[in-house]
Amino acid sequence: MAVRRSRYLRVHMGFLFLFLYLPIAVLVVLSFNSSGLPTVWEGFSLQWYRELIGDEELLAAIKNSLIVAGFVTAISVVLGTLLALGLQRTVRSRVLDSALFLPAVIPDIVLAIGLLSFFNLLKFTLGLHTIVIAHVVFDMIFVAAIVRTRLGYFDRRIEEAAADLGANPVTTFLLVTLPAILPGVIAGALVAFTLSIDEFVIAFFNSGPTSITFPIKVYSMIRFGVTPVINAVAAIVMVVSLLTILIALRLTRPKGETSASLGVGA
Amino acid sequence: MSTAAAPARRARGRVWGPRVVLLGPGTAWWLVFFLVPVGVLIAYSFFSRGPYGGVIYEPTLKNYVRAFDPLYIGVLWTSVRIATIATATSLLLAYPAALFIARASSRWRVPLLVLVILPFWTSFLIRTYAWMLLLNPAGLINKVLMGIGVIDEPLPLLYNEFAVTLGLVYAYLPLMVLPIYASLERLGPQASEAAADLYATPVQTLRKVTIPLTLPGIVAGCIFVFVPSLGNFIVPDLLGGGQTVMIGNVIQQQFLTARDWPFGAVLAMSVIVLMFLVLAVQAQVLRRTQEVEHGRPA
Amino acid sequence: MSVAVIVLAACGSDDGGETPPAASDGGTTEPVDISGTTLTISNWDAYMPKSVVKDFEAETGVTVEYAIHTTNEDIMGKLTAANGTGFDLVFVSGPFVQALNGLGYAAEIDQSQIPNITNLDTEATELAYDPGNTHSVPYTWGTTGICYRTDLVPQTPSTWEAFHTPEPDTEGKMTMLGTDRWLLQPALLSLGYSVNTTDPGEIDEAKAWTMEAKENLLAFDDTTFYAKLVSGEASLVQAWDGWCEYGRADEPKIDFVIPDEGSDLWTDTMVVMESSENKAAAYAFIDYILRPEVGKSIVEYTLYKMPNAEVMAAVSPKVIQDFPTLAITPTELFEQEAQTDLGEEGTILWTEAATEIKA
Repeated sequence: MAVRRSRYLRVHMGFLFLFLYLPIAVLVVLSFNSSGLPTVWEGFSLQWYRELIGDEELLAAIKNSLIVAGFVTAISVVLGTLLALGLQRTVRSRVLDSALFLPAVIPDIVLAIGLLSFFNLLKFTLGLHTIVIAHVVFDMIFVAAIVRTRLGYFDRRIEEAAADLGANPVTTFLLVTLPAILPGVIAGALVAFTLSIDEFVIAFFNSGPTSITFPIKVYSMIRFGVTPVINAVAAIVMVVSLLTILIALRLTRPKGETSASLGVGA
Repeated sequence: MSTAAAPARRARGRVWGPRVVLLGPGTAWWLVFFLVPVGVLIAYSFFSRGPYGGVIYEPTLKNYVRAFDPLYIGVLWTSVRIATIATATSLLLAYPAALFIARASSRWRVPLLVLVILPFWTSFLIRTYAWMLLLNPAGLINKVLMGIGVIDEPLPLLYNEFAVTLGLVYAYLPLMVLPIYASLERLGPQASEAAADLYATPVQTLRKVTIPLTLPGIVAGCIFVFVPSLGNFIVPDLLGGGQTVMIGNVIQQQFLTARDWPFGAVLAMSVIVLMFLVLAVQAQVLRRTQEVEHGRPA
Repeated sequence: MSVAVIVLAACGSDDGGETPPAASDGGTTEPVDISGTTLTISNWDAYMPKSVVKDFEAETGVTVEYAIHTTNEDIMGKLTAANGTGFDLVFVSGPFVQALNGLGYAAEIDQSQIPNITNLDTEATELAYDPGNTHSVPYTWGTTGICYRTDLVPQTPSTWEAFHTPEPDTEGKMTMLGTDRWLLQPALLSLGYSVNTTDPGEIDEAKAWTMEAKENLLAFDDTTFYAKLVSGEASLVQAWDGWCEYGRADEPKIDFVIPDEGSDLWTDTMVVMESSENKAAAYAFIDYILRPEVGKSIVEYTLYKMPNAEVMAAVSPKVIQDFPTLAITPTELFEQEAQTDLGEEGTILWTEAATEIKA
């Protein structure tokens, strides 16, 4: 049962990673540039890293973004997965199906202003929580769409078998359905997190004065020049994440089992 | 797509409970935090701009008439064109990558996915700046190409549609990879092995088996790339040198610069209507990938 | 500084989040009215030294919630959608004062609560968008011009025509500003029209001029044009005076010139929101900004000019020498045409023209 690894696919993947990481490499190199401008190199320096550590506002903004993205991802994954199941199994109307997807396709300025007017009308105070609410609106749709791709041709007879064996719907969901759609849920969670963490327009309009997120801070730096401090942030994100991946790979190294038997396919 | 007759009656009875649980929370959120706010905003399209911005409540259709001006139709067309090219390119880049990841051993799959999406956890703005450095005539890419003798003169890679398209592909690539991966991973190797047993070549397998079965993922990915491409303002501004305008830019300008909410709402409607049609197509595609229930497709 | 007065249920901020108790030490001679209250401000990021805010907090016992906005349009959008609420003090450019006023969001300034307002230059009290400063107080001002590399451009540029009919060595190496108001300016000034025109014919002509100029440009650029000058990617750009200094700071061979046809006079101002429940603190803050020593630190930090003679006199001569646009006098500035709001139809015409040019 050979797993096909055509050379073409490998080369393509390599090229893709090159495409994705070339700008990142540039950013990391420039994070050590003593000149503030990206267009000239003035020598090696750690000043931006030092500045980053001392910049309370920037660190607070990063923290805010992580908090928001965390909550948004959690809520979106739950709502989105439920929606996916509901849409696939209980909704027959194409119109309703399409309508529910609208938040993902609407121009963000419309959602931003619409929600701010709405919050204002209800005298909601703005803060990180309103950003979370706003981000979930579209993020749950992305999760739903991705999870749904797993539901096509899904073999529900397994669920029926579980029911016949006496499992209640919740147990069936947790032990049968969820594991089967898990890659979709994970992919959806990754997308939801990513979309939230770098989202500017909706966050700006629906944030309170002190709930400044990372993109808001970065975009506001445009006026006076985005300094390499942000590059330093990017470099650190890269390093931390890559280390985490390496550790995860280490920990999951099969002991004596072949990778083929670790469950390929659902 | 035959509906199974016998179970239907039984199914309808017990479908309401699950329906509320599954659809309830999401739909409630959708109603309160999407339909109402956005609905109100879209309703403004039937009114007029106030003297300093804001809305005057005098019904009118003049904003809709204005939207048909060749200028805006032209911008919409350009946006759709560029977004389509970006989407197609993205698909071509993403599909083989998703294949690779889906076929990798299970402990590598999530790490590979994270590696694909990792660059997007850094600010898009600075990554765009990095592309400006890479693409400009004195930048790295041109230097390398000239260095190895492929070209004599620097290529115009920046401040044009090429740069905008590249920027858009770069911006949304993971949004194409992930849904396709999710859809592919479901398949496992059984289908392609079965095809191989029937003497199909890898390419044929791809064409006739794998791709059709992953259509939901492909469609989702295409929407995820196409839609935000229409609305991106950073890429046309920085990589395009402000010389390309996408409809998303224009809508934002109407709301913020011209403070003409009614007209902005009309332009937004045009995008929404367009997308509604696209979503209807997506829904149709998904309808054809019914789940297997009681021994036959539901 | 007797801001002791009147009114004011000085009871914390409107909204905008949690109610932090103020860190109230300091404030020995300050009236206790505003101590312990919150002042919510929105300004551009890095447009004020952090020390200014901190010192104000220490001196008055007011807690400052400092929000940031990227552009005028963003904060206007936010205020319009929130019906003018959410902030006590907002920094916006001149024409937007008129808009805020028209929308009823700008409070009438009680000048008696801002003693230092007399420090403002006379010219700064006669600005076309708000004569008499009834609804705003100027913060910084300046003009727009041509910023260029003296080593790459042999002759000093002296006309806006430089973008329209360029010298051979600048062709393809120029940028213009992309924001509507400044996008059409070189054309209007070159053609002899007002920078605030709402005449469709004049706007059309300016649009045609600009579309012709577009052929000669490298790009439209609002944010990275000075970096392009430093790297040599561009040799001549349309720039705000203060921004040109950021380029000069990295590359001394950069200079700034106001073309012969003249230019605009832009002003960034402070507006107190009508919805504010802590106007006293807002006035106190404005008063604080107008102090010479505070203004001096702002000028030296932002490299922008303040319309305050004592402030400009206090700025260290070395800074002025390094950044000559700081020496542009109020008289010279006042010769330029101040930007005002374009009105409903004007705004729509301009935005449409800008869209056409860039499409």
